[in-house]
Amino acid sequence: MFEMIIPAFIVGGLICVIGQLFMDLTKVSVTPAHVLVTFVTGGAILGALGWYQPLVKIAGAGATVPLSGFGYNLAKGAMEAVGKRGLIGAFSGGVEATAVGIAAAVLFGYGVAILFNPKG
Amino acid sequence: MRILVKKVLRPPTIGLSPMEYQALSKQISPKPTVVKNSIRAFFVGGLICMIGQIIINLFRLGGLTFPEASAATSAVLIFLGALLTGLGVYDHIARFAGAGSIVPITGFANSIVAPALEFKREGYVLGVGARLFQIAGPVLVYGIVTSIIVGLIFFLLH
Repeated sequence: MFEMIIPAFIVGGLICVIGQLFMDLTKVSVTPAHVLVTFVTGGAILGALGWYQPLVKIAGAGATVPLSGFGYNLAKGAMEAVGKRGLIGAFSGGVEATAVGIAAAVLFGYGVAILFNPKG
Repeated sequence: MRILVKKVLRPPTIGLSPMEYQALSKQISPKPTVVKNSIRAFFVGGLICMIGQIIINLFRLGGLTFPEASAATSAVLIFLGALLTGLGVYDHIARFAGAGSIVPITGFANSIVAPALEFKREGYVLGVGARLFQIAGPVLVYGIVTSIIVGLIFFLLH
């Protein structure tokens, strides 16, 4: 139950530090939205180059829980689907591989927004 | 006496836009905050990933493969992130942890719920329904477009 939690902590923490430095050391207009977009796109590109996979091997959730892991899964899904089904896989693979996360985000996001009211 | 008058009649420094002011204040109060923010981001971000790893391990004990366990864990963390946002707790975590609470997938859930809640009074279609995607929309647009380009390049190379 507790295997790999230390590498997950260290790698996940370091990935978040990259995000923090991106916010603190670049121009003022970097919002959380920019950070999230950058991490998804960056994760997808690193995944396509084959550089993100080793990080997942070493750190497990430390690499898959940050949003760069979402990007990695998008790229990995697209490439695997192309291998299986050819050109159409480029369109279906990414969304297929991340469908659980997208569906959960829509369902839980909507549910909470309906059930709760804004604070303050 | 002349000096005093000069001081009192110092020209106002209004020729400064809010952006310039922020850039300036960032220049003047730099390093300690950056280090402190990074340490906080490291610990909170690391902790969220560690919780994620424990959930993955539990799903794997239940017989799921790593990709399945990882996807199920994303769903659980998204649920927790959304719930904590609804309860108003995630805001406090975010104020302390900065990117440590934004970069993990719980931050993605937060970015979905927070604007939807804030604009609830605009109705269930254009308020909640549309604002759910205020930040998630760009994330999905850039993520999916990148994945399709990656797939097309992969197709052409093979």
